[in-house]
Amino acid sequence: MTDTRTKIRKTVYTLVVVFWIFAPLYLNNYWTDVLNNVAIYAILGLSLNIILGYGGMFHMGHAAFYAIGAYTTAIINTTYGIPVLWLMPVAGISAGLFALVVAKPIIHLRGDYLLIVTIGMVEIVRIALINNVFGITGGANGIFGISSPSIFGYSINGIVQTGQFFYLITAFLAITILLFYLLEHSRFGRALKYLCSDEIAAEGSGINTAGYKLAAFVVGAFWAGMTGTLYASKITFISPESFSFWESVVMFMIVILGGSGSIPGVLLGAILIIGLPEVFQELQQYRLLIFGLALVAMMVFRPQGILPPKPHEYPVESLDESEVTL
Amino acid sequence: MSLLRVNNVTKRFGGLVAVDAVSFDIPEGSVFGMIGPNGAGKTTVFNLITGNYKVDGGNIVFEDQDITNRVTHKIVKLGIARTFQTIRLFANMSLMENVLSGYHCRMTSGILAAMFRMPWQYREERRAMGKALAELKFVGLADQARNLARNLSYGNQRLLEIARALASNPRLIILDEPAGGMNEQETARLVDLIFRIRDRGITVLLIEHDMSLVMKACEYLVVLEYGKKIAEGVPDAVKEDPLVIEAYLGSEDENDDL
Repeated sequence: MTDTRTKIRKTVYTLVVVFWIFAPLYLNNYWTDVLNNVAIYAILGLSLNIILGYGGMFHMGHAAFYAIGAYTTAIINTTYGIPVLWLMPVAGISAGLFALVVAKPIIHLRGDYLLIVTIGMVEIVRIALINNVFGITGGANGIFGISSPSIFGYSINGIVQTGQFFYLITAFLAITILLFYLLEHSRFGRALKYLCSDEIAAEGSGINTAGYKLAAFVVGAFWAGMTGTLYASKITFISPESFSFWESVVMFMIVILGGSGSIPGVLLGAILIIGLPEVFQELQQYRLLIFGLALVAMMVFRPQGILPPKPHEYPVESLDESEVTL
Repeated sequence: MSLLRVNNVTKRFGGLVAVDAVSFDIPEGSVFGMIGPNGAGKTTVFNLITGNYKVDGGNIVFEDQDITNRVTHKIVKLGIARTFQTIRLFANMSLMENVLSGYHCRMTSGILAAMFRMPWQYREERRAMGKALAELKFVGLADQARNLARNLSYGNQRLLEIARALASNPRLIILDEPAGGMNEQETARLVDLIFRIRDRGITVLLIEHDMSLVMKACEYLVVLEYGKKIAEGVPDAVKEDPLVIEAYLGSEDENDDL
């Protein structure tokens, strides 16, 4: 029973990967661009998943970190002309530092309280961008003329060459999945899952809960910041509108709907929430209604998400007698 | 030599003095018991030692280090592990994963080592798994390593909590009513387990209601009532202490517990 289930699972995953990789060959520019958006939100969802999924912290301000990454990229690129891909780590670090400063005083807040504060955070960031803080964000107009990413001197325009951009972003998505998978099944990932499950027990077992919560925020923000670079270089123009509270809600929904704490779940969530509305374009005006109904139905019938995480199987049998020591 | 010294420790909750200038010394390598009627402040003393509550007066010294009001996870790292009176396991995780949490503070690999799967990180994970399985074996749950914690019986959940605490390589383990919810057979096995823990060189501090367990397992007892220490000594002496009899048992006819 479970054997056939894993078989089905594996077959489905393989098919999705194959269809995904060859997508630009059979899809037109428009649909390839839809997949590019799905991929961007998948990465954002995976980065939020570290905070919300593993750590169980209700963080609804993830767009703030995404915005800081995008704006860092845009400002440095348009002022100093540094190639955008080089700016990915810089964008990540600035978003990570911002998360460190902002999250430190609020990290002890629980559930709904944290939710409210993070909503405030993302709004403050958006309003600061509109008000042109330090005179470098371009106000409500945003920043134009960001370079496209270039690899070995070959420039990829994210709007025209959607196919090439697709492979760039797919590569980053693949790396993200691999690294986050390893992270999930490590000491760090476990610590987050422990504190999500029972904070007092986790602290009592020797886990620095406050430290790990903060670390989760920094790692999640770092990744969202790097994704901001990709986004800015894709559309070469950014404005505060792209980083509204709604964006944070979308990321939150991707994680919760797909299955918080589950990498396949988050990927599915991104496909459903970003990709599906494009399929039903004719129903544009009912889109939000269907969205809302779907979410309500989910919360009632499957609150753990469509693909909830499965308990990790530790290879207990592979341990040698001599390795089992007190 | 005393491993843990509790010095005039006081804790107030608003106007209520939950723990009132309590002092005792726990000698290294002993099984030390703390008894007292419900609400006497036993668990509060535990929570003060492990840093869950802030101490209002007095101090706590562990191996010549003042640990008063330190953060809980640092106290665990220094070598004091505990179990909870109300079982607090990670219910939806396997037994293996539950015990691994105890060994966490003895591991060092960070985020980058995990992401790039450095060889030392991999070796450390193997070592942690071996340690966790060994602790499960020690308490007799190794064959259920893959099961989820919530599927265990009540008594076995208590054992799993002990395994998790032991995985942190403690010098002192604090067991908060470990026999709660156990049947007689399980309690007998628990006494044996407590002795085996002591034989590993780990000092045991035990809070317990089950008097037969306390009398069998403990070498030394402290008795609390209304947050004050009213007696201490070897079990046989404490049992005869008129103050203890009055406080703990109330009237003569409820005496059958002893």
